[in-house]
Amino acid sequence: MHTFDTHELAVPHRDPAVVERRRVHALVFDDPTRTLAAVKRLRAEGFDVGDVHSPFPVHGMEEALGMRPTRLAWATLIGGLAGGSLKLLFQSWVHIVDWPMNIGGKPDFSLPALVPVTFELTVLVAAFATLGALFVRRRLYPRPRPERAPRQPHLGVTDDRFVVLVMEHDGAFSPGRFRAVSSALGAQEVIEAWEAVA
Amino acid sequence: MSASTAAWPPRESLVEGAPSYAEVTREIAAPLERPATTAWWVAFLVAASALALGIALVAYTINVGIGAWGLNRTVGWGFDITNFVFWVGIGHAGTLISAILLLLRQQWRTSIARAAEAMTIFAVMCAGIFPLIHMGRPWLAFWMFPYPNTRGSLWVNYRSPLVWDVFAISTYFTVSLLFWYLGMIPDFATMRDRARGLRQKLYGWLSLGWDGSARSWQRYEKACLLLAGLATPLVVSVHTIVSFDFSTSVIPGWHTTIFPPYFVAGAVFSGFAMVMTLLLITRRVMRLERLITLRHLDYMAKVLLTTGLIVGFAYATEVFIAWYSASRFERFTFWNRAFGPYAWAYWLMVFCNIVVPQMFWFARARRSLPLLFTGALLVNVGMWFERFNIVVISLHRDYLPSSWSLYVPTPTELGILLGSFGLFFTCFLLFVRVAPVVAFHEVKHTLALQREEDHAHV
Repeated sequence: MHTFDTHELAVPHRDPAVVERRRVHALVFDDPTRTLAAVKRLRAEGFDVGDVHSPFPVHGMEEALGMRPTRLAWATLIGGLAGGSLKLLFQSWVHIVDWPMNIGGKPDFSLPALVPVTFELTVLVAAFATLGALFVRRRLYPRPRPERAPRQPHLGVTDDRFVVLVMEHDGAFSPGRFRAVSSALGAQEVIEAWEAVA
Repeated sequence: MSASTAAWPPRESLVEGAPSYAEVTREIAAPLERPATTAWWVAFLVAASALALGIALVAYTINVGIGAWGLNRTVGWGFDITNFVFWVGIGHAGTLISAILLLLRQQWRTSIARAAEAMTIFAVMCAGIFPLIHMGRPWLAFWMFPYPNTRGSLWVNYRSPLVWDVFAISTYFTVSLLFWYLGMIPDFATMRDRARGLRQKLYGWLSLGWDGSARSWQRYEKACLLLAGLATPLVVSVHTIVSFDFSTSVIPGWHTTIFPPYFVAGAVFSGFAMVMTLLLITRRVMRLERLITLRHLDYMAKVLLTTGLIVGFAYATEVFIAWYSASRFERFTFWNRAFGPYAWAYWLMVFCNIVVPQMFWFARARRSLPLLFTGALLVNVGMWFERFNIVVISLHRDYLPSSWSLYVPTPTELGILLGSFGLFFTCFLLFVRVAPVVAFHEVKHTLALQREEDHAHV
C-alpha cells in the first residue's frame, strides 16, 4: 500500500486575520463505492462531512452529501437569452434605423435572414455565461495550486485517492465515537488537518 | 443478472486489462513525461516543413495577389473554398463525438473524445485561413466584423450568408475551444500533481486550482452537459450555414434545398474518417492500444458506414432531383459532373465515399488496422473531391457557354493546401506532447462504471 507523508498535505492557512481554526479528519479511500458508503454512514451517524475530493465524479455522491441541485443552467439561460435578443435588436437597428439598404426589394426587417447570426450569438454568450458562472462560483482562476487547505486535502485526489473530510465542531464531536465509526469504513488512512474558518 | 440472459456476444471492455486508477494515470501521462521519440521528431519536422512552405506561399499570395492562383473570371472559387469546406467538415467530428455522444451517454466516446476535440480546433484553424487569404486584401479582414467605424458607420450586411459564415465559424471555434479547455481542467490538475518545477507551475496555472471536490464535480458535470447541449445545435448550424454560401445563390448545382443536411452528413463522415486516421496513428505512436481499443475503432467504422450511406443517398437524391426538376441547366450540370472534363474527380468521389465504406459491413474489415486506415484515408480523399466537385465543377460551365472555362490549380495553391496539412499536424503533434491525449477522469469514470457493471453480473 502506498503510504502518505503528512507533509504532502496542503499547508493550513496561516493568515493572521483568521481567528478560528477547526480540526478536520481526512479519510483516504482507494475505491469510489467504499467512499460513497462511508459518506452515507458518517452522515447517518451525525458527523459533518464537509466535502469529498475525488479523481472523477462519484456516482450518487450528490445525494449522499445532501447537495442541492446546481443552478448553473440559469446562467446558460440568461446568457443565451441576452446574447440572442441583443444581437437581434442590433441587427434590426442596423438594417432599419442606422443604414437601411434595399436588397432585392426585400423589407428592411427581414427576420429569417437575421436568424443565423442571432442563433450564433445565443450560443456564444450562453457558453461564456456558463463557463463564467462555473469559474466564478467555484473560484477557478489561474493559480499555481489549489486555494487553501484543506481544499486540496491530498495530492492523490487527482490520481487514485478519494478523500472524505469530516469537520470537527466544538462540543458536537466525539473523538472516540468517530474512531469507532471510521475504523469500520475501510479507509486506507485517516489524517488530521486544520481548516481555517475565516 | 445471470449468465444466460447476459448480452451475446459478450461485450468487450472499453478499457483493456482492467488497470487500476493509478495505472490509467501513469499510462496516459507517460508519453508526456518521457522525451519525445524519434518518430515524433520525424513527424514534427515533416509537418513543420510543410507548414513553413505554406506560410511562404501565403506570404507570396498576399504579396502578388490572387493572380498567384489558377482562378479565372468563370471559376472564382477554386482550391481556396474547396479547402475551406473540407477543413470545416473535418472539424465537425470532434464536437459530434464530445457533445452528441455525451448527451446520448455513449461511454465509448471517452477514450477518443479529447483527440477528436483537438482535431476540431486545429481543423477549424486551417479552415479559417482560406476565406481569409482568398479575400485579396486580407489585411482588411476585420471589416467582416461589425464595429463602429469612420465610414458611416458602415455595418456588415446581416442578410448575407457570407456574414453568417463569419459568425458561425468564429462562434464554433470559440465554443469548441471552451469545451475542449473545460474538459482538460481536471486533467491538467492531474499533471500538475505529478510534475515538478516549471511544468508543475504551467499545469498549475492551466488547471485553475482544481481540487476535485464533490461540489466542483457537480457543477463541472453540469457545465459539460450544458455546453454539450449548446454545441450540438451549433455543430449542425455551422455546416448548414456553410452550405447557405452555396444554396442561396442561383448557380445550377448549388441552388438546392438538400444542401444543409447533405453538408452536415458529409461533415460528420469526413470528420470521422479524419479522427480514425489520426487515432490509428496516435494509439500506435503513443502506445495507447489498451485505451483506444478495437471496439472503439469498430464503432467508428460503423459511424463511417452509416454516414457514408447518408452521403450516398444525398448524391442519388441530387441526381434524381436534377432530372426531375426538368431544368435544362440543372440537368446539364449533373451530366457535366459525371461525364464532363472533371469526370475523373466525380467518379473518384463516388468510389471513395460510396464504394469503399461498404467494406465496413464486415466485422473483419472493421477490426483490421490496415483496412481501417486505408478506408479512412480514401474517405478523406473522396470528401475533398466532393467539395471540389461542388465548388469547381458547378462553376466552370454555367449559363453562358462562351464563358465556359477550365480551372487548373497552380503549384502555389497545391503548396498552400499542403501547408494547411502542415499546420494541422504541427498543432496536433504539439498537443500530444503538452496535454493528455485521453481524458484521465473520463477513463477512470468509465472504469468505475465498468466495475459496477461487472459486480452486477456476478
